[in-house]
Amino acid sequence: MYVRNMIYIIFFDFWGVYFWGINQYNHKMKRLSVLGTLALFAFLLIACGEKEEKSKDGFSIDRQKTTEQQTETTPENTTKASERIELENKGVGVVTSVDLPTEIDQAMAANGKELYDQLCLACHRIGKKFIGPAPNDILKRRTPEWVMNMILDPELMVKEDPLARELLIEFNGSPMANQGLTEEEARAVLEYFRTL
Amino acid sequence: MKKVHYIISGFLGLILMVMSCNTGADKSNGALSSSAAEKVYVAPGEHDEFYAFISGGFSGQLSVYGLPSGRLFKVIPVFSQDAEKAWGYNEETKPMLNTSYGFVPWDDSHHPDISQTNGEVDGRYVFINGNNTPRIAKIDLSVFETTEIIEIPNSAGNHSSAFVTENTEYVVAGTRFSVPIPQRDISIKDYKGNFKGTLSFISVDPEDGGMDLSFQVLMPGFDYDLAHPGRGASHGWMFFSTYNSEEASTLMEVNASQNDKDFIAAINWKKAEEYIASGQFETMPANYAHNVYSDETHTATSTMKKEVRVLDASKLPGLAYLLPTPKSPHGCDVDPTGEYIVGNGKLSADLTVHSFTKMIAAIENENFEGEAYGIPILKFEDVLAGTVNQAGLGPLHTEFDADGNGYTTFFISSEVVKWKVGTWEVLDRAPCYYSVGHLMIPGGNSRKPYGKYVVAMNKITKDRYLPTGPEVTQSAQLYDISGDKMELLLDFPTVGEPHYAAGIAADKVIGRSRKIFELSENKHEYATTSDADVKVERNGKEVHVYMTTIRSHFNPDNIEGIKVGDKVYFHVTNLEQDYDVPHGISMIGANTSELLIMPGQTETFVWEPKQVGVWPFYCTDFCSALHQEMQGYVRVSPANSSLDLSWSLGED
Repeated sequence: MYVRNMIYIIFFDFWGVYFWGINQYNHKMKRLSVLGTLALFAFLLIACGEKEEKSKDGFSIDRQKTTEQQTETTPENTTKASERIELENKGVGVVTSVDLPTEIDQAMAANGKELYDQLCLACHRIGKKFIGPAPNDILKRRTPEWVMNMILDPELMVKEDPLARELLIEFNGSPMANQGLTEEEARAVLEYFRTL
Repeated sequence: MKKVHYIISGFLGLILMVMSCNTGADKSNGALSSSAAEKVYVAPGEHDEFYAFISGGFSGQLSVYGLPSGRLFKVIPVFSQDAEKAWGYNEETKPMLNTSYGFVPWDDSHHPDISQTNGEVDGRYVFINGNNTPRIAKIDLSVFETTEIIEIPNSAGNHSSAFVTENTEYVVAGTRFSVPIPQRDISIKDYKGNFKGTLSFISVDPEDGGMDLSFQVLMPGFDYDLAHPGRGASHGWMFFSTYNSEEASTLMEVNASQNDKDFIAAINWKKAEEYIASGQFETMPANYAHNVYSDETHTATSTMKKEVRVLDASKLPGLAYLLPTPKSPHGCDVDPTGEYIVGNGKLSADLTVHSFTKMIAAIENENFEGEAYGIPILKFEDVLAGTVNQAGLGPLHTEFDADGNGYTTFFISSEVVKWKVGTWEVLDRAPCYYSVGHLMIPGGNSRKPYGKYVVAMNKITKDRYLPTGPEVTQSAQLYDISGDKMELLLDFPTVGEPHYAAGIAADKVIGRSRKIFELSENKHEYATTSDADVKVERNGKEVHVYMTTIRSHFNPDNIEGIKVGDKVYFHVTNLEQDYDVPHGISMIGANTSELLIMPGQTETFVWEPKQVGVWPFYCTDFCSALHQEMQGYVRVSPANSSLDLSWSLGED
């Protein structure tokens, strides 16, 4: 396979050179010839590459990715990601189950507000869309697990949770910062959200 | 004609392609010639085995390399301003460069040394000396930043510094130039007897690492060149090489080379502690700066100290002894056992090795050859352990491996020579390109050297790299010393002039390395740790902007009501709490550097607007996909404007 390619290449390059010679005054042909030489180089590169078996895998992986992306970005739902209600999705991350007692723990919520003001307020304002969405009524749209996972590891969520990825795009591609909260701190922030 | 070129290049391209195809197939051949490459190759994403802290010499800084790759990770600003990191430019770090002479923006940094515990390098701190305006700096390896600088009074050319004792009890700082002490207006010709040298012992707090100039030992007016601490049995002693025992003050290259032997000065600092405890010191008036940077306030303070305790070695018996050492010794190195003290007479071909045991015996027998200003001179033969004969020309410095071998650099014959401790025989030699000064084996001046590599730091580079005009980078060379024969593995360029270096296994450092500063622990006077506290305040002509940053905006990003003639302080807090997300800020026309603010940190720059208009500022460190949007405006009105201050973010 490789040897055969090389023979083609050598043959075609001489063909290209031949064209250079006979079409000295033919501008159009000159351009064609340039293209021909470029094509040859490309062909050569491929010929080199084909020697390594890995490249085939890479190519098929790429194709898989493309189809994956296509299915993901095909919007089945035309509602904005921020307004969509997903009360089953727990997101991706360390938090798999959160038990919310009916009564709000006011001390925990106060601690959550303090953390929120220091670490979140720069992008999330109460009652209005800012860099990111407002946290008001968040538990009417999201599960507590999803909220905590988003706080604890936004990078992982954007990578693996389709809704988080859509949100990133809706909010101008501005990535949510990982503010290094502990699970306990994220839980406190969640409690604060319940008071809003 | 053009066509011909195309044709030729077409053919050349074809040949190249074919050749590259072929070399690809033959890549695994030539194992022998690639062994050096394999030894220094650290694959992408892999980490080096050692840190090397290489002094920046006349750059005044300290550079951080990985070994064996020779990759440069960071240049830590120490004694010189660094606009990249706002070191010495922002309001927080300016006090770090304060001295009794005022703000000094540069120095000459020579000898880094890593803190030790039980005689082993422990990876907490690196100490380094400022040679020109005598200072000792401490770099905290949890942040890789200079966190403390102490000025040394009664000193000039702070060269025999900064070497630590085996439990980091002290960092020493010996003067190279003797000077009148106290300084006064006298004739230079009156050098003899009037000029003195001091050897300073700076204590290091075992808990917080705080430095304090504990005492100075007043010595004769020699030049004190280098030093190393005793260890093991000789712990409690510090050894300093001296030259110019002639006490000359002019045409030194001739006049300071007259005596056949100068000295290694042995200082018993345990004895010094006894004298301090019993109050036999003199308190001298002094004036020196002590500058401390806090990772909580993110701010440095500079305090002027007004006195120093001095112990006069001429008057206090048992404090100092002089060991005759041939030919103006330069390097003064102690082997890992602490028994042998090597003095490298730089005008000699031999190495002189003294024995600590013999020294103690000679002191106990009071077998003295004479005295210099009241300090006993021991007999050369009494203290001599052995001589490494005719090993090369111009010996300078010695380090040790873990197997009882010494490695000495020879400047004139440009080589590293390996020799056996105890038998003093030469085992191997390897050429250096060119004119080697110091050398470094990671841990090579401790009880436990890692005898795997030696780095030679060369003074002359000449043709080793692509030329870069008259000034070329200085060169370090890495040798594998794990076998019988030293093997040159790698050349790598250095920053400024590398003098000494210190190395340590990476795993002793990385565990302490911080990733962010906790916002909740930020105690900066002008910190804004919540976006709710963003504000702009006027106090006469002084305006303070309490600003925050996070990916990717400043708050506020619109400010109005600033006037020509104002002095505007931008106190910028980076609200990020994630690793490797610094933000920068710079203001058009500001007469200072950018800021580069780490997550959770606050820094301040000053801007004095001179023209009416609307002036932009922006983030200088690429922080996110929206970094290019991270910008803002300040409106500057005429000095007599009555426009009130206002500020906003995201409001129309």
